[in-house]
Amino acid sequence: MSVREINSALITEAVKKLCIEANCHLSCDIKDCIKASYEKEDWPQAKEILERIIENYEISDRRNQPVCQDTGVACVFLNIGQDVHIVGNVSDAVNEGVRLGYSEGYLRKSVVRDPLNRVNTGDNTPAMIYYDIVPGDKIEITVAPKGFGSENMSKIAMLRPSDGIEGVVDFVCKTVEEAGPNPCPPIVVGVGIGGTFDKAAYLAKKALLRPVDVSNDDPFYADLESRLLEKINSLGIGPQGFGGRTTALAVNIERFPTHIAGLPVAVNINCHVTRHKTEVI
Amino acid sequence: MEIKIQTPLTVTDARELKAGDSCLISGVIYTARDAAHKRLCELVEKGEELPFDINDSIIYFVGPTPAKPGEAIGSSGPTTSYRMDAYSPTLIRQGLTGMIGKGKRGPEVVSAMKEHGAVYFGAIGGCGALLSNCIKKAEIVAYEDLGAEAIRRLEVVDFPAIVVIDSYGNNLYETGRAAYLEKLKNGKI
Repeated sequence: MSVREINSALITEAVKKLCIEANCHLSCDIKDCIKASYEKEDWPQAKEILERIIENYEISDRRNQPVCQDTGVACVFLNIGQDVHIVGNVSDAVNEGVRLGYSEGYLRKSVVRDPLNRVNTGDNTPAMIYYDIVPGDKIEITVAPKGFGSENMSKIAMLRPSDGIEGVVDFVCKTVEEAGPNPCPPIVVGVGIGGTFDKAAYLAKKALLRPVDVSNDDPFYADLESRLLEKINSLGIGPQGFGGRTTALAVNIERFPTHIAGLPVAVNINCHVTRHKTEVI
Repeated sequence: MEIKIQTPLTVTDARELKAGDSCLISGVIYTARDAAHKRLCELVEKGEELPFDINDSIIYFVGPTPAKPGEAIGSSGPTTSYRMDAYSPTLIRQGLTGMIGKGKRGPEVVSAMKEHGAVYFGAIGGCGALLSNCIKKAEIVAYEDLGAEAIRRLEVVDFPAIVVIDSYGNNLYETGRAAYLEKLKNGKI
């Protein structure tokens, strides 16, 4: 088995490019979903807001301008092929990519060095980096800038197994209802079910990377996604919280085996500016 | 029909506005978010002068992206307002009459708004590129060290904002949702 060498400079280059692209150009699945929601929306003020949202991302596309001023903390997911040898320091390479991307792309620097002694790092580093080792000799890099208006509305619960599916549905809907207008609806709801306390949160974040037009590959969970979406869109919160049907664009669930005693559920909320771009090197 | 507002926003003008009104704001407004609010309130506590005239002014809760060469400002949508709840009542007591942001406000803010005559506007969250079109000029007036969080003096023309909470405590987040659900229940939509 041969090992493929990849210079860490290629990672820097990819991360830099992905930071700028993700922030200035929404992906087609999100745009199509917003347009479809606009068609379905019956509440006049809600429709008007969705129209402005469409106008906004079209301006961004034309001008190469960030869709939202909160260009987020850079969440970087690396799926590293087990037959790859990286020359150089990987995390340094990722952070250098973030530094260059946020500077050259005129993106906002929104990271403080210490959560209590809050001084801005000035270059949006460090990134939140998630590593996964996968088969193959390539590296798949996904950059998902995460805004905190929606991140702050996210929640986790350690439910009892007896709470079951209804417990999960209640918790997800309650989280969305309490968030109300705060996370800039229409939102995308990432749900992580199972694993441990931390794994559930990770799954919820991973769920937000899946395109909104792709359902869970398990029909049981695909059904649960549809059921949750319908329930959330009957809450009446609507775009920006001024009332209407379109509270959420999609619900994406990821699940994992868990302990006999537990049912962890995490809800990670994204706004309509759901951003992620991927490149394979 | 949109209501045109020219800053400064007097208490008399603020009292005229009702939750649900669509407005177009023109004139000078100031930016401030978490860190700047903290500093402003520290100045008030010490009895020192604020870096801008807060009387009849509007504060926009925003931390813009950097301006590209030749542009006034980068993307400039609202940030979530409840983080300013600890500070807003102090500034309202100093004469602040308008706030632009998005999301809920706490009872302490609403009560200060009712008492002194201030309005909370919502701008569309996540529409930073669109809203930047209405900002013609931006200059830092204080706290440059805070970067995106520095206080900026903005000259805006027809900046679109909806009155979310008026100076009588009416709240569009409550009434808008209730009206929609009522129509839905009656099968009218």
